Amino acid sequence: MDWFRKPKYMTVRVPKKDKKAAIPENLVTRCPACNEIIFNKEIESADRTCPKCNHHFHMPALERLRLLADNGIFLEQLSGRIKATDPLGFPGYQEKLEKGKKNTSLEDAVIGGICTVGGIRTGLAITDFGFMGGSMGSVLGEEVARLIERCCQEKIPVIIVSSSGGGARMQEGIISLMQMAKTSAALARLAEAGLLFVSVLADPTGGGVTASFAMLGDIIIAEPNALIMFAGPRVIEQTIRQHLPKRFQRAEFLQEHGMIDMIVKRQDLKKTLARLLTVPRS
Amino acid sequence: MAHENLDFEESLVELERRIDELKKFSDNQRLDMQEEIKRMEERAQKLRRETYEQLTPWQIVQISRHLQRPHTLDYIHGMFEDFMEMHGDRAFIDDRAMVGGVAWLNKKPLIVIGTQKGKDTKENIACNFGLPLPEGYRKALRLMKFAEKFNLPVVTLVDTAGAFPGLEGEERGVAEAIARNLREMSILRIPVVVVIIGEGGSGGALGIGVGNRVLMLANASYTVITPEGCAAILWKDRNQAPRASEILRLTAPDLKQLGIIDEIIGEPPGGAHHEPAFVIEGVKQALERHLGELSKKSVKQLQDERYEKFRRIGFYTDADLPKPCSSPPANEDTAPAGGNGKPDKKKKHD
Repeated sequence: MDWFRKPKYMTVRVPKKDKKAAIPENLVTRCPACNEIIFNKEIESADRTCPKCNHHFHMPALERLRLLADNGIFLEQLSGRIKATDPLGFPGYQEKLEKGKKNTSLEDAVIGGICTVGGIRTGLAITDFGFMGGSMGSVLGEEVARLIERCCQEKIPVIIVSSSGGGARMQEGIISLMQMAKTSAALARLAEAGLLFVSVLADPTGGGVTASFAMLGDIIIAEPNALIMFAGPRVIEQTIRQHLPKRFQRAEFLQEHGMIDMIVKRQDLKKTLARLLTVPRS
Repeated sequence: MAHENLDFEESLVELERRIDELKKFSDNQRLDMQEEIKRMEERAQKLRRETYEQLTPWQIVQISRHLQRPHTLDYIHGMFEDFMEMHGDRAFIDDRAMVGGVAWLNKKPLIVIGTQKGKDTKENIACNFGLPLPEGYRKALRLMKFAEKFNLPVVTLVDTAGAFPGLEGEERGVAEAIARNLREMSILRIPVVVVIIGEGGSGGALGIGVGNRVLMLANASYTVITPEGCAAILWKDRNQAPRASEILRLTAPDLKQLGIIDEIIGEPPGGAHHEPAFVIEGVKQALERHLGELSKKSVKQLQDERYEKFRRIGFYTDADLPKPCSSPPANEDTAPAGGNGKPDKKKKHD
């Protein structure tokens, strides 16, 4: 039966037109929340939020410093003096570090120093999601611990803004895990000295960062819709095969479940921090 | 007791089975096969040495997860004269993956806490496969605070793949529970000795792992991510776990060299499950020694030394220091009891 084998028509594959190619990438961005196309300039001038729906985009650490610190600067920068090594000889780590440096122009995934916020002297550390997902290796752990110890000496409060979806940095193996203990121990000393620690959680904060300093704030603030987790949703779905509810692990979900104190939109963050710093009576 | 065998042990187990058969056969038939049996036993001896002397990291991971390996309650009942279990976090539930209570070592009370795995599916379902919920960490902390109040030392036994990765844990703040333990353990006013007896799975293990001394069994493992998880990220293939376990440096000798653990407690060839009583006695003796040493220290010493122990862990170059690396001292002269040490750091991975 010949006619079964012989196609009557020739099939021709027409390459699909890449719809996104029509949008020049470096000029505009499509907001993942409201799907509107917005000029990058507009987003940047709105503290990296969507002017249409107030979706919060990732904010690089240096921009956040400009947003939060008085005059946008550290009075004294503590970070940047130390650099990551590759203690395990982990495949691809060096390249990832180089890429992170290029992405953020930082030495590692954190900046830290002393500044004033609303005129009050405070330690401030900010992690950067653009540097290996803001993951915590030796350098991030050390920078955070040094900052906290310095604030203990000076008897000033500490603010840490986390944007560390990567959690503990796999590329430094067990040494990264130990940074959780190191940073948390430093916070124990800060607490014993009676000093305030405000933790700000930005999208996304995960794993070993959540399970150490990020969840240890006297006050914990989250940005709207920030993903805050211990195990990531994919890990949970794969290992336990659980169906996860909508908005699971988002800031609003955490507030409902009693895990964080408040959700503050980025435009109000500095004002809120400045006011909180006035609370402790010395 | 018959053990579940690991793949790399198969030829040895097969040979041992044949020797047994031959022995029975010669007994039954009243034949003198001593020559043959002796020859085979020599071969088995040699094979045993070859199989267990140079274990790969992946083989160690498999041994550390072995179902028949002695688990926390085996140690508790084996080491202490008496044990009174305390239940619950006083808020929500009693997490069966985390056990704890008062135990007596040489007639002196102490607090013992540990993650509990099962030996079979039934036991594992009862203790949720040793994956603690937030309430497990909160119960642990409650017991540590009890210890602090009544000036008792704390012993923790770590054997878990990690904290339970699921909806319940996330909803009830497992990250907060672990973080709080890390902070509070660092300033406990009493001696804390941690023993990694099996699997040390990331934050879930560290959540009861901040001690003045961290001891580890020769075939235990301790890692930030499972080799399977690491392989899935690196090569999108969980079957590459053996390769990933080479990189992660998760064996006791590697961790000793990195300054993460203080001492390795020996195991018989093939792992603790071959001779549980021997291993349990080894852990007991190590505990007696370390608790004895720590009992002479002041509160401040205990707190400061514990702080320093974790504070100095990290590898980086510092522009302000003339020496290029600030790192824990590598202790190469201490011979690991397990004999799996491969001190050459510069292994090639690609």
